[in-house]
Amino acid sequence: MLKIEQLNAYYGTVQVLRDFSLSLGAGEVLCLFGRNGAGKTTALKSIMGLVQRTGSITVKGEELVNLAAHLIPRRGIGYVPQGRRLFAELTVAENMTIGLMARGLMTSGIMTKDRAAETRKKVLALFPPLASRLNQVAATLSGGEQQMLAMARALCLEPRVLLLDEPTEGLMPSMLATIREVIMALRHRGVAILLVEQRVEAVLPVADRVAFIENGRIKDVVGVEQLSENHGRLHKKYIGKYIGISQ
Amino acid sequence: MTPAKINSGNSRKIISLHLAVIVILFLLQFVLPEYHHLTMTRIMILAIFAMGYNVLFGYTGLLSLGHAMFFGAGLYGAGLTAYHLGWSVPLAFASGIIAGALLSLLVGCIALRTTGVAFMIVTMMLAQVAYLATLYFTRYTRGDEGLVLSQASRSFEFFGATVDLTNPSTRYNLSLALLGITMSIIYRLVRGKTGRALVAIRENEPRAQMLGYNTFAIKLKALLVSGTLSATAGATFALLFAYIGSSFTTIQYSIDALLFTLLGGPGTVLGPALGTFLMFYLVDIASQYTTAYLLVTGLALIFLVLYFPKGILGTIKHRWLPWLP
Repeated sequence: MLKIEQLNAYYGTVQVLRDFSLSLGAGEVLCLFGRNGAGKTTALKSIMGLVQRTGSITVKGEELVNLAAHLIPRRGIGYVPQGRRLFAELTVAENMTIGLMARGLMTSGIMTKDRAAETRKKVLALFPPLASRLNQVAATLSGGEQQMLAMARALCLEPRVLLLDEPTEGLMPSMLATIREVIMALRHRGVAILLVEQRVEAVLPVADRVAFIENGRIKDVVGVEQLSENHGRLHKKYIGKYIGISQ
Repeated sequence: MTPAKINSGNSRKIISLHLAVIVILFLLQFVLPEYHHLTMTRIMILAIFAMGYNVLFGYTGLLSLGHAMFFGAGLYGAGLTAYHLGWSVPLAFASGIIAGALLSLLVGCIALRTTGVAFMIVTMMLAQVAYLATLYFTRYTRGDEGLVLSQASRSFEFFGATVDLTNPSTRYNLSLALLGITMSIIYRLVRGKTGRALVAIRENEPRAQMLGYNTFAIKLKALLVSGTLSATAGATFALLFAYIGSSFTTIQYSIDALLFTLLGGPGTVLGPALGTFLMFYLVDIASQYTTAYLLVTGLALIFLVLYFPKGILGTIKHRWLPWLP
């Protein structure tokens, strides 16, 4: 579904990603782990066309690197950035409407009123607390609800690939369970998910594979089973080494 | 209550409110003394200017310091064609609007490559170019001295009836009709898909882009609507008051549009009209008592910023009436 090859990304003259390569299949959840500054968020921003980059990024064989940033979501890529970045003064319903309208811009999607209502219903079914707060201004939601809304808005695009940047940041444990359930549900629907996280234990249960990034390069990609089967040795090799958690 | 029912209830309230404003303004002409009758006509035209400005500033979040150039484009587009080419009022009016629309597109293509402070500076510089152009081409514009349209050029036939723009009542009702049309255009714009996209850009442009919106194209559309409405106000002013002068293209007029909007409430349909009314009368009343009337106006603005930080209607919307568009 998503294939990244030899990706190099830059902030001005500073190179952040170096020969970054990854692939992600439909219905697969891949977690990207690494220390602060390793290039995790930059990798997601590169996919979205928000930083200067070279190399190749394809979705279902279609090249994205030469596309303008606003055209990339129209190819079926949803992005939930770190810090949620909601439209704070708009209501929950309006935030979702903007996502639904964006879906109407997509080359593959004709957004009829019925289809918009259906999509909205499906998305709200994943986040029941939002259904009762449709007319509440986004800025007044709790942190967990804001995270739900950020994800809900991205899901209004009906993405084939979803990029999540630290979705569990600052959330209480009960909310983590909700986020995990949503990820599982999306995986069952065939959505490919690239997940950037710091809280390893929060997302490992839903991941299929884990990629470790160091200094802008992918160092290892391993299956979750592999990680847990040899827990002692791998914990030291991967987790301790790349994200600084001691055993 | 479902969102659909809430929206339909709100729509009724909103339409009733706007209709009430139009009806009150219509009835006012029968009770206002001559001076205030004329003042209200001017206020309604300047309110169109401020409402146009609000599309760009209040809804899209782009602070322009050069909107006087769009007002001027309408003013000169209508005035020069009527004065030099002898065009009829409807044709001159249309040429004023078209001049404003073309200038908006041109300015948009240049200025929208910038954001924030740079956008303010670029729009101010371009407006300054427009102002200097009106002084440079004195042969046609007579610069500061300006041009006065003849009485004969200010009447036209409309379905067999003669419309005389020197008649105060005609001027009042035409201004009111244009104000009503402007309100309706802006209301439809901001309640529709484009309006939501504009607010999304104002709130968080990179996020809107990440959702797939071509923010440049949407901002250009906003500037086109904003500049064209401002030009409509300029063309109306030229034809109703028969005077075309370069003073209307000075930065003072751009600042006025900003102040009217800030006072009434940016991002609300009626706010700029209310702001225009209050500011106009504040200056008018203060100048009767002191030559330092701008000081009084400044103090009033400080008071408003302290107690109505989002403008009058903006604060009312924020605190009590969230359904206000």
